[in-house]
Amino acid sequence: MDYNLKNKVELIKRKKDDAMRIFQKLILLLAMMATSTFIFAQDKDAQMADTMRSNGRIYVVVAVVLTILIGLLLYIVRLDKKITNLERSN
Amino acid sequence: MHKSWWKIASILLLIYTFIGGFLMDVPRLLALEETIRNLYFHVCMWFAMMILFTISVVNSIRYLRTFNLKYDIYARQYAAVGIVMGVLGYATGAIWMTYTWADPNNPAFQSFGALAREPKLIGAAIALLIYFAYMVLRDSINDMDKRARISSVYNIFAYAMLFPSIWILPRVMDSLHPGREGNPALNTSDIDSSMRIVFYPAVIGWTLLGVWITTLKIRLNLLKEKKMMQ
Repeated sequence: MDYNLKNKVELIKRKKDDAMRIFQKLILLLAMMATSTFIFAQDKDAQMADTMRSNGRIYVVVAVVLTILIGLLLYIVRLDKKITNLERSN
Repeated sequence: MHKSWWKIASILLLIYTFIGGFLMDVPRLLALEETIRNLYFHVCMWFAMMILFTISVVNSIRYLRTFNLKYDIYARQYAAVGIVMGVLGYATGAIWMTYTWADPNNPAFQSFGALAREPKLIGAAIALLIYFAYMVLRDSINDMDKRARISSVYNIFAYAMLFPSIWILPRVMDSLHPGREGNPALNTSDIDSSMRIVFYPAVIGWTLLGVWITTLKIRLNLLKEKKMMQ
């Protein structure tokens, strides 16, 4: 019984150590990741249209493109209907 | 409008393509940057072209099996819309290439000299020219049966020539064009999964639009034929 108790205490202690070690590793990993992204950002970054997205101007572009698309599609629908009428009259 | 469910599907998929294509997140890649969104438009043109040419050759074979002139008209119109899609793919590719492949530090003629050697460009040009020849051949013969028979046989050869010129040759030679090691835009390492959710609907939407335009052309042509018969 004595032996068992002693062992348990040790086990708990080791678990704590393990948790600490994992925590330390995580901190290290995060630090490394942070520095690597920092270096990457400093070196070269793809130039995306982030300003257009942040000030919402991209929606103007989408609205214009959608208007043209819907206009063309409506044109095709009308053509389709006209041809259907021709087929019926024949 | 008859049989309209797939037409509505085409409209919805295209609207989704334009909204998702401009607003969804894409991977941040050097040199490509926002132009990666062209994948939803430029690549879809080629997919649509390939599918339309396939439908065209199937109809040519159907004509040769049945000698029903209707199938010859189908084959011709599918090939015509396929050519339109191919030309659009070529034009959009030229614009895209100008801003991603051409080196701004070199003089324009030097950049062009390098880009004109692209095997994918040459192969696609050959494939399209062969289909132009199909149009010229078919429309230059007056006798209806002869025209249908000769052009159907030629169409099968034209389809067979697609494979060396746009699928095999660009993969054998060095090329800047992506997709050399596998199927362009289908390979798991080629395309980010965030782009798939727009890209696949885009392919279906554009292809359905091509088929829709073709059916209109076919119906008009059948009406014309009927009038000529009367």
